[in-house]
Amino acid sequence: MRYDIDGLIELGQRVVDAALAKGATVAEAITSEGAHLSAKVRLGEPELVEEAGSKSLGLRVMRDQRVAVTSTSDLSPAGLARAVEDALELASLSQPDPFAGPPDPSLLSKRSQHVDLDLFDERVDAIDAAAALDMAKRAEKAALSSDKRLSNSEGATVSRQSGASALVTSGGFQGGTRGTSVSLYVQPVAEDEGGKRRTGYHWTANRHFSELEAPEAVGEEAARRTLAKLGSRKLDTQRLAVVFDPDVARSIIGTLAGCISGGAVWRRATYLAEREGTPVASELVTIVDDPLMPRAWGSRSFDGEGLLARRNVLVEKGVLKQLLLDTYSARKLKRESTANASRGGSAGVGPSSSNLYLVPGTLSDEELLKSTDRALYVTDMMGYGFNPVTGDFSRGASGFLIEKGERVFPVSEVTVSLNFDKLLKGIDAISSKLDMRTSTAAPMFRVAEMTIAGS
Amino acid sequence: MADRRYVAPFAPQGATPIDGETAARVLRIALEQGGDYADLFFEYNVSGSYSLEDRILRSAGRSVSMGLGVRVMKGDATGYAYVQELTPEQMAHAARTAAQIAAGGKPHAPVEVKPRELPMRYAFASPSLEASGEHKRELLMRADAAARAADPRIVRVEASLSEELREILIATSDGKLVHDRQPLIRFSVVARAEQGDKRQSGSSGGGGRLGLEYFETKTPEYHAQQAVRHALAMLDARESPAGELPVVLAPGESGILLHEAVGHGLEADFNRKGTSNYTGQIGQRVASELCTVVDDATLHASRGSINVDDEGNLPTSMTLIERGVLTDYMHDRHSAEHFKRAPSGNGRRESFAAHPLPRMTNTLLLAGPHDPEEILRSVDYGIYACKFGGGQVDIGNGDFVFSLTESYLIENGKITAPLKGVNLIGNGPEVMRRVSMLGHDLGVSDGIWMCGKDGQSVPVGVGCPTIKIEAMTIGGTQAGKN
Repeated sequence: MRYDIDGLIELGQRVVDAALAKGATVAEAITSEGAHLSAKVRLGEPELVEEAGSKSLGLRVMRDQRVAVTSTSDLSPAGLARAVEDALELASLSQPDPFAGPPDPSLLSKRSQHVDLDLFDERVDAIDAAAALDMAKRAEKAALSSDKRLSNSEGATVSRQSGASALVTSGGFQGGTRGTSVSLYVQPVAEDEGGKRRTGYHWTANRHFSELEAPEAVGEEAARRTLAKLGSRKLDTQRLAVVFDPDVARSIIGTLAGCISGGAVWRRATYLAEREGTPVASELVTIVDDPLMPRAWGSRSFDGEGLLARRNVLVEKGVLKQLLLDTYSARKLKRESTANASRGGSAGVGPSSSNLYLVPGTLSDEELLKSTDRALYVTDMMGYGFNPVTGDFSRGASGFLIEKGERVFPVSEVTVSLNFDKLLKGIDAISSKLDMRTSTAAPMFRVAEMTIAGS
Repeated sequence: MADRRYVAPFAPQGATPIDGETAARVLRIALEQGGDYADLFFEYNVSGSYSLEDRILRSAGRSVSMGLGVRVMKGDATGYAYVQELTPEQMAHAARTAAQIAAGGKPHAPVEVKPRELPMRYAFASPSLEASGEHKRELLMRADAAARAADPRIVRVEASLSEELREILIATSDGKLVHDRQPLIRFSVVARAEQGDKRQSGSSGGGGRLGLEYFETKTPEYHAQQAVRHALAMLDARESPAGELPVVLAPGESGILLHEAVGHGLEADFNRKGTSNYTGQIGQRVASELCTVVDDATLHASRGSINVDDEGNLPTSMTLIERGVLTDYMHDRHSAEHFKRAPSGNGRRESFAAHPLPRMTNTLLLAGPHDPEEILRSVDYGIYACKFGGGQVDIGNGDFVFSLTESYLIENGKITAPLKGVNLIGNGPEVMRRVSMLGHDLGVSDGIWMCGKDGQSVPVGVGCPTIKIEAMTIGGTQAGKN
């Protein structure tokens, strides 16, 4: 599909002009269109093919620092007029917020400054239902044919998305971007003792088709991960080192990002509210947010308010150097925006990370595990147990017990707990292998000691 | 009633109503390639949000979304397509796209669709979307004032109101035509307390399928006071023990345990596929004899209640577990076909952009014989849990977690010290067998829960009486002490 960024910009400009004409002092429109296809195969047969396209408008207006947001999927002249009218009516209901306002126009980037980050792949955009079903079938077959204990399946799914969006603001900003994404997810099921079933998974995803793992390789890895869980048991309650697999390590880094987001800091809703310039993690820890990585998930050449995107070092050798700020939270905290504004389809604006990663260490995954005397190696976490105000952290976990560098047996139905401040300071080894399969990513790392609750 | 600004164009009173004839035309296209069954799901959703912070209404918002989802089924395969523009050309385009799942079969004609009468389980006395914005702002300001006045240690207050009106019209190739308007509101207060270097937050919220008459029974002041009480109690919270201990769950919100421990495992898609740990266990004992679990879509104005499901079927109250014995699964049309039975009205979807799945409505563990006081008195050392952050389950093996945001130690039969937030982890069937006492004080959650599955979120209700579980794993930090 051809995405007409100029057309989206033109639509956004029309809406901004209409809002200004109706009395808005500030108007910002985000317009987007996209298409998606999803194909799922289960036990070799097609189970679901879903296909659609969509368009939407999000509008934020201010009237004397009174803020309102509206969004609509109805882009008819009447639908657009309703979105503008509603926004102005709601703005008169809001109360003046002295910190509300767009960025200084001198900070806005120009279209000519926006670099092409290679986020769109024609080949992904062109995947049709037959091709998607074929990939899913091959991956599931590779998983199920590798071992007869893999008797069932939650299926294999291929999804592709493509789309474009544009931002236009009354401060004079115009910018647009387009991108694709494709993923393959395989989830085999193995019978275990006591009527229990063990479900494992593996997946590959990228913006570019040529960078996907082969479907067969994804299926085989999903099979290995599922079989490895057979015979899982609880551990006794104890204190133990914990190794976080990259799939769960990234959620730890994502949780940290939430705690240094400007919104949480000005609300004092984070245990890191007054910790800039102080150690918040072990000296091994450096965390970077880099929106300018070519082909990466979270890449953007401008932020949700039109500021030129830039690389930020958030934590350097354990010291908190930088918060994630948009214009509003920066004003609240008497700082400058870090160009981390993100604007959702429903037009609300807030700070968020782009490509956020824990900088790799020096050990390989194997060396890290080999150097571990006794630990719980966590491959999956469940539930939500985190209180950002106090840093209390407690999650359900499963994985493997490691003794003298070797996997001893699979573990499930335990929790791992520790205050988050101690957890980050307890990181004593980081692997060198970083996979940017997701916009928040981390290599495998180890925490010296956490509480494992079990039997 | 005020002038209704938001009316679905496809509704009987709308600008371009979809009648039986129009629906049949689109359904015929959907079945052109030989599909067994097709349905059309029209949806018009208007939602609003108001958030107060730092003593001002910081932002107000409104969203409108509309579209048509067309589903075609052939055996176990589903074709799905949706469009946002409801022109004859776009509707036909969606139908043709979805039809491809059955490529190569013989076309057949849909049955003539006829409108179907629905029960009424929502309250429309004072629709939130049609009420004045000033009135809604006032509700938030009242909560803010009450929380600040309650205690000088309260340093920040956040209050929000969200409202939604979801209008749906469903036409099926087996002849159903239904139209429903589903209101939903949710009110929430967060209070932040500081004392010395200690900082904590507390919350309270509620709502349901009703309008602003909700505030006649639960006032903004009530939720403000509850949030303040929660925040202040947590200021003294101590580290929670780790390991297996007896757990007493407070009535109402603790129903989230049922939702995770047994509810998801009884959704029939997992059982159709044989991937649930409850597969093939109908007629078997899966819980203590005290336990009777129902999924009840009929509760008046409860968050999970629906007049009709998103496939045009009529849900009622169904018994899933009766005195410990598994009696039934929750079905959508697809799983019902597989098990050769009638759908139970549990086919729900997030929006027109998603296909239906078997989902819960209001899932309740019914009352038992015990006095709640007696239940507490029976515990020497354990945990009393009363507020929850959310949960998750692994369907295949039944392991589930849920997080506690307000819990206390029980010592010698009495509730004593507040505990820091922890997760509880258990195995569904094991925990349900360990239910040793059940209170006579059934409570239903005050409308806050959202349930996620396969990337789709739907509002649900939960409920239960005081529950005693002989032992569950407490994910605290204090190992080796109990």
